[in-house]
Amino acid sequence: MSRPQTLFEKIWRRHVVAPEGVAAEAEGLPATLYVDLHLVHEVTSPQAFTALAERGLPVRRPDLTLATMDHSTPTDPSIDTARLRVIDPEGSAQLDHLQANCERHGIPLYAMGDERRGIVHVIGPELGATQPGMTVVCGDSHTSTHGAVGALAFGIGTSEVGHVLATQCLLQHRPKTYEIRVDGRLQEGVVAKDIILAVIARLGIGGGTGHVFEYTGEAIRALDMEGRMTVCNMSIEGGARAGLIAPDEVTFSYLEGRAMAPAGDAWETALDDWRSLPTDEGASYDKTTTLDGSALEPMVTYGTNPGMAIPIAGAVPEDDAIEPEKRASFRKALDYMALEPGQQLQGKPIDVVFVGSCTNSRYSDLVAAANVLRGRKVADGLRVLIVPGSDAVKRQAERDGLAQVFVDAGAEWREAGCSMCLAMNGDQLAPGQYAVSTSNRNFEGRQGAGGRTFLASPLTAAASAITGRVTDVREVLS
Amino acid sequence: MSNSFTRFTGTMAPLPIQNIDTDQIIPASYLKVTDRSGLASGLFSRWRYRDGDPEGQPIADFVLNRAEHGEARILLAGDNFGCGSSREHAPWALVGYGFRAVISTSFADIFRSNALKNGLLVVPVTEEISAALFDAVAADPATEVTIDLEAQTLSLPGGGETNFEVDPFARRCLLDGTDQFGYLLNQAAAIQTFEAANPSRLDTRSA
Repeated sequence: MSRPQTLFEKIWRRHVVAPEGVAAEAEGLPATLYVDLHLVHEVTSPQAFTALAERGLPVRRPDLTLATMDHSTPTDPSIDTARLRVIDPEGSAQLDHLQANCERHGIPLYAMGDERRGIVHVIGPELGATQPGMTVVCGDSHTSTHGAVGALAFGIGTSEVGHVLATQCLLQHRPKTYEIRVDGRLQEGVVAKDIILAVIARLGIGGGTGHVFEYTGEAIRALDMEGRMTVCNMSIEGGARAGLIAPDEVTFSYLEGRAMAPAGDAWETALDDWRSLPTDEGASYDKTTTLDGSALEPMVTYGTNPGMAIPIAGAVPEDDAIEPEKRASFRKALDYMALEPGQQLQGKPIDVVFVGSCTNSRYSDLVAAANVLRGRKVADGLRVLIVPGSDAVKRQAERDGLAQVFVDAGAEWREAGCSMCLAMNGDQLAPGQYAVSTSNRNFEGRQGAGGRTFLASPLTAAASAITGRVTDVREVLS
Repeated sequence: MSNSFTRFTGTMAPLPIQNIDTDQIIPASYLKVTDRSGLASGLFSRWRYRDGDPEGQPIADFVLNRAEHGEARILLAGDNFGCGSSREHAPWALVGYGFRAVISTSFADIFRSNALKNGLLVVPVTEEISAALFDAVAADPATEVTIDLEAQTLSLPGGGETNFEVDPFARRCLLDGTDQFGYLLNQAAAIQTFEAANPSRLDTRSA
């Protein structure tokens, strides 16, 4: 019998076109790794297409490439393409570039108005394009999302986008593996977002550098597919290249019948293959860490990176809890956030609530938020944006009455897109504003220059929308 | 621009902040470009200018606005430099500004990969050496160091030198002034063989 392998090793080995150089004359050469699916969006692709044009190269596999518009697209329903040209000529030109490049190379593109359009990391799984055992890349760090289906998925730079367009391959050194085991059952009010914020708080935002996470354990297995996507999505915020969850019956029932998933006999063949992917008994990881899922609480960030997170009932750390060499950066973060060491976050007044982004904009995220908001009103003077991750999510939420719940509560119901996660599409915080946000990054200015972000789950966001303050959802639900 | 890089001597701009993310290096509002130019003015713009506006008033005490560091072409930064977004605009902005190298105790994976593809050398050092370099620059902003990519050494202000790790393949490309794209394109035959043996289940044109 062959040596036990991890899920990561199995996927890696299947995709090696040329191995890493180990012979003396080739020492240090990266592996050439084949890419099964290349996702493309408007922001990180124009210079890559230019690189191909300069060399007179075609796109090797347009049939394995899929493009969408998400980062610069407005989510204000009143802004159409013509209006966008006036208010955002640069963003508009970038969208035109993508359209022209996709037409030239025969790449399927979901442009503005296309009912398949959405955030790249929402539509990949939604269409069944991302499948177990695949390698998936995109010029976007949150490509780690697709690891939820058991695909090795990671973000790349624009030079590499060019490499993949031209060769369908990447030069990669093999990363190490890191098992993140979350045992036990989550308490009421604690969800996938809280798991990943707790993981990053534990490991630090550079803790996964050079590694691929594999999430295991009872609390992970109990998550639905969309919860698994939330967890894998933020792997990069722990510094990891990718996050993986072994495919199981939850994965298969999610994928079956989706537009690009295999069908008929091909489905049965695929299933047989996919069942062979999970990490073998006895396989070892380079590192392992274990969390007790049953002890987790709703998490919220207080600082300017996703690792600066605390249980919602907790307080901002005191100076002496921070290692001396990190204190200056810690104080810089608190100055930016206008918070004090030891301060409670619960009850802190906020200006904006954002439910959206590739982390938390899927149907189940909207259901979670709607269940809290149903029959209630958002606090006076608070701005609440609910931004579905894709046009399909939007339509489903409108059909099922979720959209009406949000509108009745006094929230804004928007078009699909990245929206206020990265504030390059008109949706942004004003300087000094505080937001509870379901997105993935609380970096300085990420949601708008001078804006201050508390990252949290959709449940926490919805509870905070009702009170206008950072709120423990368990108090609203009880 | 040639990517060739062998040996470089220069002063350092100290930025003793940990976890500097690529949103700080170049904010998203600069990502609407369709080429690589014009990013230098956006480099650290939120820390560098009042209201983050390059047309506005420079923030006097930010390192890039201090006269004694105006000529620095090496950035000396805190741990985990370049975390966050995969935007290659970050090294484009650093290179556009004139930086040749970044010294830190560690770098985020994607940033490291992007930097090395753009002739921006990343030089990892130990915490002790990092602290010694920050001290040396604080004592004398004109302190110079020499980075020798061939020898993989960094000269130290008090004398002596330290070795640093660099991806051997990226190093070869930088020393030869070649790029990784050409190396990959030369593997067309192996790629074709792989594709013939591993037909895809997917067709993105099918939805």
